Amino acid sequence: MLRFIVRRLLWAIPTLFIVTFVVYCALRLATNPLASYARANPRVAKDPEKMAQYVETNGLWPGFSGYVRGYFVWLKGFVTGNWQVSIKGSRPVWPNLKIALVNTIRLGLLAVMVSIPIGLSLGIFAALKPGRLRDTAVNTGAIIGFSVQPFISAIILQLFFGVQWAKWFGEPLLPTSGLYPPGHQGFDPVLMLKYMILPVIVVSIQSIASYSRYMRASLLDVLNSDYLRTARSKGISERRVLVKHALRNAMIPIVTLAALDIGAIVGGLIISEAVFDYPGMGVFFLNAQSNGDFPELMPWMVIITSSVILFNLLADLAYAWLDPRIRLD
Amino acid sequence: MTEFQELNHVDPPADLHHDDSIGVLQTSLSPKRMAAKRFVNHRAAFVSAIVLTMIIIFVVLSPITARYGINESIFKAEAGHPNQNLAPFNLAWFGTDSNGRDLYSRIIYGAQVSLMIGLFTAIGSVLLGTLVGGLAGYKGGWLDDILMRVTDIYLALPLLVVLVIVRGMLKNVDWVTAIMGDTSSVRFLVILLTVVGWMGVARLIRGQVKQLKEREFIEAARALGASSSRIMFRHLLPNSVGQIMVALTFAVVGAISAEATLSFFGFGPDAGSGMTSLGLLIRDSKKAVPPGYWWLVVFPGVFFIILSLCINFIGDGLRDAVDPKMQQEVK
Amino acid sequence: MTAPVVEVANLTKEFTVKSSHGLRVIRRTVHAVSDVSLTVPSGKTVGLVGESGSGKTTVGRCILRLIEPTAGSVKFQGTELVGLPAKDLRKLRRSMQIVFQDPYASLDPKMTIGASIAEPLQIQKVEGNHQDRVAELLELVGLAPDHARRFPHEFSGGQRQRVGVARALALNPSFIVLDEPVSALDVSIQAGVVNLLQDLQEQLGLSYLFIAHDLSVVRHISDSVAVMYLGKVVEVGPAEELYSASAHPYTRALLSAVPQADPIVERERQRIMLQGEVPSPINPPSGCRFRTRCPMAQEICSVEEPALIDRGQGHPVACHFAEAVAVTLGSNVSA
Repeated sequence: MLRFIVRRLLWAIPTLFIVTFVVYCALRLATNPLASYARANPRVAKDPEKMAQYVETNGLWPGFSGYVRGYFVWLKGFVTGNWQVSIKGSRPVWPNLKIALVNTIRLGLLAVMVSIPIGLSLGIFAALKPGRLRDTAVNTGAIIGFSVQPFISAIILQLFFGVQWAKWFGEPLLPTSGLYPPGHQGFDPVLMLKYMILPVIVVSIQSIASYSRYMRASLLDVLNSDYLRTARSKGISERRVLVKHALRNAMIPIVTLAALDIGAIVGGLIISEAVFDYPGMGVFFLNAQSNGDFPELMPWMVIITSSVILFNLLADLAYAWLDPRIRLD
Repeated sequence: MTEFQELNHVDPPADLHHDDSIGVLQTSLSPKRMAAKRFVNHRAAFVSAIVLTMIIIFVVLSPITARYGINESIFKAEAGHPNQNLAPFNLAWFGTDSNGRDLYSRIIYGAQVSLMIGLFTAIGSVLLGTLVGGLAGYKGGWLDDILMRVTDIYLALPLLVVLVIVRGMLKNVDWVTAIMGDTSSVRFLVILLTVVGWMGVARLIRGQVKQLKEREFIEAARALGASSSRIMFRHLLPNSVGQIMVALTFAVVGAISAEATLSFFGFGPDAGSGMTSLGLLIRDSKKAVPPGYWWLVVFPGVFFIILSLCINFIGDGLRDAVDPKMQQEVK
Repeated sequence: MTAPVVEVANLTKEFTVKSSHGLRVIRRTVHAVSDVSLTVPSGKTVGLVGESGSGKTTVGRCILRLIEPTAGSVKFQGTELVGLPAKDLRKLRRSMQIVFQDPYASLDPKMTIGASIAEPLQIQKVEGNHQDRVAELLELVGLAPDHARRFPHEFSGGQRQRVGVARALALNPSFIVLDEPVSALDVSIQAGVVNLLQDLQEQLGLSYLFIAHDLSVVRHISDSVAVMYLGKVVEVGPAEELYSASAHPYTRALLSAVPQADPIVERERQRIMLQGEVPSPINPPSGCRFRTRCPMAQEICSVEEPALIDRGQGHPVACHFAEAVAVTLGSNVSA
């Protein structure tokens, strides 16, 4: 097991190199950092010498070989902690990125904690009586859930709980924007939780839909398997069959799915964050993107891709650990 | 020869019961007809197909069904008699927007553009995806490896991020913009969505072809001396038609959702000259939230949900019709 | 004796299997067929018998070059098939055909029976009325001509297998590989299909390679039989001789597994139970591949591989102790 982990971790390193190089090229092409810099600093842009110096210090040479050299310049700075400063405002990137990351993880984990239990229960509920009304209802509900795009549910919730509620009852039921009221200082979990309710609902709708469907399919698969039929024919009670055999085996693919899902959190909440003005990774990305701020986008992409790769590894491990048929050698 | 002729009479009932997917043996239903029957039996899908057809008729017949022109105010605004942001009333069933235009009519015009983008993107993605996925599934080897690696990473990244970055890349390459037109053109959007969208289709078709390839009837065709292209076009593709249809359906929803998402964040088609899309209408509804113009939020949003719901149900029904395995499990 | 239709010499097939463990890919070699030689005389039937995993199906596929052999030679009516350009091979496919094991998988579900049977005519661009030819073929295999318009799912397994035979016959081949043509069918239907195949052989002068996993099916139809174990031929000889005087412990074991119709004989039947599983063809045992399960294995068996030669039994056997087999394991049960 340990050897497997070590080997997989060692494999993750070249993967990260390749992925970050591809991301580097894509982002440089997409944002054109030199032009963004010139736009943000019109006075410097008139001085060819200073521009040339900017190119040299940040490795923004043109052409493919320039990209390769530039990648290593960037990589060296990134690894040694000498990150490039942001184009807009020439600030260090990490402090803001850290805040955004923490906020997003908070929101994402809360959403996972809400959607996994609900989604799995619905899936089990449906799979126990396949083909019946409850099954159809859960299935239909799931498809409706898929069809509700987060930006639509977000603005409709905003309208209802914020604006209309205030019209009817004098004040909004729930805050619809930000993480704290304007001007708030310090850390207040209860207040923050109130601000997170609507974003969590928006994020959860689609995840509940997908978890319920996966759980249903996975459980049905197990319930129809030969070994379960054998267990039943041995006279084991239906309850015991379900808890001891079926659920345990049906959970294996779900754990994998959940791991991948959690890995995607850091980059996956952009839409609801943007609508609710929640200061997380999504808003960070959109701001950096609109400024063509390459030095801010690059670490952002590194974080989300490493998270994906890391949780892919965890998903594999979980799968191998839970499913005895997979041998680790 | 008498011996086997006798046996021949015994033999149909002997393992008739093995073929549980058939239903009635006497009637000669082609696989296509059987799939059609299963689709009709999927009630939600059937209803959705009717609703979607009605929506499409409405949208195509916009000169008749729309009450006002695309950029037309419901009436000329006068002092004390404004035409902007009016709640629904008899002259504007869904109310008016900030320019005094009829929201009902604009939803029809917007749906026109969105459905067009959805359809063209879906066709493009399916053509490209079927080609690459079919080839990768059939030939295997390095093409297959590359396809899987690239799509693995792509599927792991948030769609919006991929779209925004690819959009930026395409925008900054001169010869690409020459072909694709301006970033705010519909053509650019369709190509962008196709460039990103084919990968999901390719994976689906690859899986299907890989599965089919192992079947003996493909080997039988090879034993008869059939060429690769004959196997591809006479056997593999006809047997994948169902999956391709499913992919096409889901590609349409994917494309209109992606268009809406991009528009929502200001990366959508240009709204100059009054042109609109469902995504642009939903983006405009953002501004209608604080003042509480609920109709501007509710109607485009709900219409969009109904539209994607219909297509999703149809896709679901098609999938069941094409691959009846799931239903049998239910039995 | 007439000239052989098919001559296989030293045929070897190794597959590379890739198993992916996340990002890591492991390649392993499967020794599916090792150094197999076979001859199918014209107008005769050769049975090829072995458990699943013995490589018998691979041999059949390699002869038709549906799979590329790794080494060895396959001659069809004197023409070397290995290395033959695709164009020439396509022409030769008229004369050699295959009937598959699974009648549910071997017909394209989207094509009518008629279209499936006519496909070889189209592919090989045969002149004349294809419809008439299809009707003729359907009658030949005991189906009605108006079945042509139906789809495979409307037929039973036995009927589908007849369609498969009709398709194989469409081009008037001289040689057909029958890849377990009846093992997927109900026992009651098996006899009908086997009889059909025998009748067709008589009528059309066909040569067969009949692949099967047990000896009982092959017995009735084969002129000679080759027994395979883990990619190797262990014993080969005239059918009756193999049944009455088999000299390889593995053949004995296979024979002893066949139930006897006569209850008295059946009661007396001594079964040779083989221990353990068939070893993996990725790592075949050294020396004699059967030694890990052989009741007679000695030290020499792990060191030296027994050659497939006649040790005085009248037919080739690949066992160091061929002479002792009869003594140790008793007289042949099905004699």
